[in-house]
Amino acid sequence: MSAAPAHPVPLDIERLRADFPILSQRINGQPLAYLDNGASAQRPLAVIEAERNYAETMHANVHRGVHTLSQRATDAFEAARERVRRFIHARSTREVIFTKGTTESINLVAHSFLRPRVKPGDEILITWLEHHANIVPWQLACEATGAVLKVAPIDRNGELDLDAFRALLSDRTRLVATAHVSNALGTVLPVREIVALAHARGVPVLLDGAQAIPHFALDVQALDCDFYAFSGHKLYGPDGIGVLYGRESLLESMPPWQGGGDMILSVSFAGTTYNQLPFKFEAGTPHMSGAVGLAAAIDYVDAIGLDRIAAWEADLLQYATTKLAQIEDLRIIGTARDKASLVSFVVAGVHPHDIGTILDQHGIAIRTGHHCAMPAIEFMGVPATARASFAFYNTRAEIDRLADAVRSARDMFR
Amino acid sequence: MDLKDLSRDVILDHNKRPRNFGRLEPPAHEARGHNPLCGDQLTVYAVLEGDVVKDVRFDGSGCAISVASASLMTEAVKGKTRAEAEHLYAAIHDLLTRADAPSLPELGKLAALGGVREFPARVKCASLCWHTLHAALEGAAAPVSTE
Repeated sequence: MSAAPAHPVPLDIERLRADFPILSQRINGQPLAYLDNGASAQRPLAVIEAERNYAETMHANVHRGVHTLSQRATDAFEAARERVRRFIHARSTREVIFTKGTTESINLVAHSFLRPRVKPGDEILITWLEHHANIVPWQLACEATGAVLKVAPIDRNGELDLDAFRALLSDRTRLVATAHVSNALGTVLPVREIVALAHARGVPVLLDGAQAIPHFALDVQALDCDFYAFSGHKLYGPDGIGVLYGRESLLESMPPWQGGGDMILSVSFAGTTYNQLPFKFEAGTPHMSGAVGLAAAIDYVDAIGLDRIAAWEADLLQYATTKLAQIEDLRIIGTARDKASLVSFVVAGVHPHDIGTILDQHGIAIRTGHHCAMPAIEFMGVPATARASFAFYNTRAEIDRLADAVRSARDMFR
Repeated sequence: MDLKDLSRDVILDHNKRPRNFGRLEPPAHEARGHNPLCGDQLTVYAVLEGDVVKDVRFDGSGCAISVASASLMTEAVKGKTRAEAEHLYAAIHDLLTRADAPSLPELGKLAALGGVREFPARVKCASLCWHTLHAALEGAAAPVSTE
């Protein structure tokens, strides 16, 4: 990443790898090289132990009981919320909603923010790079309301056409929703410019941060976005927990999207009074151990330092790009100037799924397919790609193994 | 792929040089198969003469397992009756999903696909063409009065 300082203190990768029990195993007789971090990152012991400690010493239902354990659970859950707030620089914990993950966060905004506000012919503007989770909720909203989904184009490198984006912003645009980082191509989108352009026309902006959150420090106030969605499991935390950041004034104006316990102040058949933020959007028993684990993951990442993580990942990206580009018949898909640490590629004559299966035989885990971003992949003119996505615990030696295994796959199919 | 060498060679060969690759014009029956997870897309064309699969071809794109499976399938069902083709469809399904599936002699070269069972994520690749053939033959059974 260009934002990384030039000379951060290098990471002691071998020591850090020892924090991740899963990485020390062998897969198909080979040491595991886990290069599928874009799909889900692995968890350090600190996260696993935080979840276990919660279960062993604190668990009860939150916000409900007068007994000691319920208070402990509530304190741990709310401390996790405060930890998230500090991590993303939200103004208040009222702006931090716990969800199942990025997908639920986006659906919450689609239901509770967008649907009540749009009329037939109003527009939602997204980009061609989006993950299905940032396409389908808007399509459903359009079907229900008569609103229209507009899609800003990308170029052959996988970069957003910002002029076209600007031109697509109209008096009817009610929301801009874009990825911060493309999961399929790695493109880092110009989110500051996107927010500035949208706000200049009074249009709020949701950013899908699923792929950005493990790579860069996030300051939602500096970014000035209105909503930001991300998942815990991409950030070395548990699955099943995620976050929706929302600007408080907008969240206040939104009706609840699910009804149930915890989101109410009082219920009677004459009418129900909703709870205050953030609880208004957290119906039912939340994923308490997940929130505690997410806070532990944030502590872990912060202790390393996102600037040092970014510097090492930038090195891995450059190394992998160079090594893979040397392979005859291999083409990198997604060549934006500003990329997060992932490489999508195709090899002439070898289907990505066959590459994935052969790499697995070498102990190397990658993602293959359309990466839940079919429009972006189809735009690049391929049915599918192989994708290696790197975390700070990956090494150049693993990338060497990746390149060797891709060569052997290519040779097998020649 | 750590399939047994012989199986691997059969799959690689049929992937590289798929048999009966191409289209058949109507009145051949056709059906399209799509595996959205992989992006595999193939079309199976079948000409029935009475109850016999007189000719069968396929085209499209996919991974080695889906292409090889389709190629092997066309070789296996050509000249067979519909009932025989459906019997093979059931036998292949067992071969791909059941560790205790008997090795039926009528499978012939199709037995090379047995190794795919070791890769559960890839079973759908091998079975796509068979589902598609089934759909094409079902279509063939529909009354011609719709023409």
